[in-house]
Amino acid sequence: MNAEVKMMRTAAEAAYADALTALPAPEAIRSLREKALRLFAEKGLPHRRVEEWKYTDLRALIREMPPLAKGADGAAIAEAKKNSVLTNIGAREITFVNGAFVAELSNLKGLEKGLSITTLADALAKDASLVTLLAKINPNKYDAVFALNTAALNEGILIEVAPGAQITQPIHVRHIVTGTSPVSVFGRAVVKVGAKAQATLVQSHVGPDTVAYQTNTVLQLSVADDAELDVVRVQAEGDKAIHLSMMIGAIGNESRFRSFALTTGGAASRHTVPFAYAGRNARATIAGATLLRGKQHADTTLEIDHAMPGGESRELYKTVLDDEANGVFQGLIIVRPDAQKTDGRMMSAALLLGDNAEMDNKPELEIFADDVQCAHGATTGALDDDLLFYLRARGIPKKEAESLLIQSFFGEAVETIENAKIRDAVMNLAGGWLAARS
Amino acid sequence: MALLEVKNLQARVEEKDILRGLNLTVNPGEVHAIMGPNGSGKSTLSYVLAGKSDYEVTGGSATLEGEDLLELEPDERAARGLFLAFQYPIEIPGVASMTFLRTAVNAVRKKRGDEELSTPDFLRLVREKAKELNIDQNMLKRPVNVGFSGGEKKRNEILQMAMLEPKMCVLDETDSGLDIDALKIVADGVNRLRAKNRGFLVITHYQRLLDHIVPDVVHVMAKGKIVRTGGPELAHELEAKGYAAYDNAA
Repeated sequence: MNAEVKMMRTAAEAAYADALTALPAPEAIRSLREKALRLFAEKGLPHRRVEEWKYTDLRALIREMPPLAKGADGAAIAEAKKNSVLTNIGAREITFVNGAFVAELSNLKGLEKGLSITTLADALAKDASLVTLLAKINPNKYDAVFALNTAALNEGILIEVAPGAQITQPIHVRHIVTGTSPVSVFGRAVVKVGAKAQATLVQSHVGPDTVAYQTNTVLQLSVADDAELDVVRVQAEGDKAIHLSMMIGAIGNESRFRSFALTTGGAASRHTVPFAYAGRNARATIAGATLLRGKQHADTTLEIDHAMPGGESRELYKTVLDDEANGVFQGLIIVRPDAQKTDGRMMSAALLLGDNAEMDNKPELEIFADDVQCAHGATTGALDDDLLFYLRARGIPKKEAESLLIQSFFGEAVETIENAKIRDAVMNLAGGWLAARS
Repeated sequence: MALLEVKNLQARVEEKDILRGLNLTVNPGEVHAIMGPNGSGKSTLSYVLAGKSDYEVTGGSATLEGEDLLELEPDERAARGLFLAFQYPIEIPGVASMTFLRTAVNAVRKKRGDEELSTPDFLRLVREKAKELNIDQNMLKRPVNVGFSGGEKKRNEILQMAMLEPKMCVLDETDSGLDIDALKIVADGVNRLRAKNRGFLVITHYQRLLDHIVPDVVHVMAKGKIVRTGGPELAHELEAKGYAAYDNAA
């Protein structure tokens, strides 16, 4: 079939193409951006007939593109200071307000030995080969969120941990949106952990309620041999926001990786995790708790790719849905022919509190090796009346009894966070969500 | 005034009548036993008193110190001083025993107008009560009832009872699934809690529990009613003759 198929573009797709074409590009990344934009122009936003996007139809969801954010002025910075989460975890903070790096809210002083933190612009000026890394995605397939993020590539941060360095202070990358009119915000963070090194990364996303802004953030991680990385992500965007994000990871031989994601914000969100076992005997825990109410929609899609032998993966997601909220969990584990002795276990459990809440669970295994252990499970249910009665028979009022049970439900996932301060802070945020239940 | 007064109580579950006009009066300081064949409605009585929503009360009344119990939510009944020791204590994965106990104790204290216990005061109280009841503190480090043996679960019920200081304790077949040693420990715990202002309703199928918790009054229940009332000797008579005579009673 040689006939050229011209795709009909939606208003939003056309607006993205126009706005990103007009965006001035630094020399080093010009061709990368142009390529991504061409790809986006050709393929556009995914819709429900695209299997991976069946439950989160971006073409229907994104009707228009708000103007690109114009960075952070004094008022934005003042507002950003007020709206932030996880400020009490003793972390080194790196702050982006409306997509722009804000030096006065970032601490780049006194970096521990072996830790380097550079804005993407500075990093590119120093090392043009970074472009190859920025273009990289696994698996190598078109993803509209990644294409748009690359086409809009401008500000971002590069965090490098030298081989052998043990960075004990967590690094907190904050993405804050401010103001009262809708904007489009893009962000990119690249984290490279050298061999035998260790670090903890926190990433948070917040913004104002009632403003229909859109964010698109990509986090790229590489963990070298024998290294260890912990990632904790908090998505607490405003209640009208559309949040699109990716965590793209690749881990090396004998490495150890743990991640946890708390999702409570946004009108609609999609978090995609393409995650590659690039080395032997690597171990990873990828966990999350999603707490939604009203008509919120949140989609977590994992693509766990075991390419090398001896890998161990543990995926645990807990979703609590109140009112008419909609949760989506898609979890794909691929075990390639060389990945013998892979041990993969994936669990997604949902608790429906509202009669009209909906959970879409889609666990998938694609196994091409013969000596592996893989299991997946998905459950959906309501609060157990017998458990509630037992608690109430001990004098605990209904709402408090429900809170105890809900907390114990998502607590299992929060418990996977290794750092106690961060774990407590995340538990507090989740407790705040519970306290706001009517 | 009577502590617990049940008059002509009628209740059904899933359209099936279980309690058919039950009368019972427990005065402060008394221990009453209810015995009866399987299916006579003994457990239903305990659930109806505690307020389980699967049971529909279709007539009669139940009051605690003169206050209508049936109008109250289960947690309010507990706060007023009613305690049900479950036949099958429920496992609650993910809820730490200590968190559960502390939430319960403070919820009840708050409703009774008492000050909530501070962490050290609470821990002191748990240690003291656990020691009295011969309960291993390590058990309390686990989630509520998870991985507990039958005996541990029942002892945990008695610990909760001791912590909540109820006025009226209903023990639903506390002896089921217990070997003789566990039975003794549980009975000892109950006996320690006997007090002149506290009443007990001990529901059991077998007489052996009543060798250890000696009742003041024994009732025989059949087909949703109390059909006979007597002293402790009635329990022995039932043990010897069985319930056959009551299967067609009422």
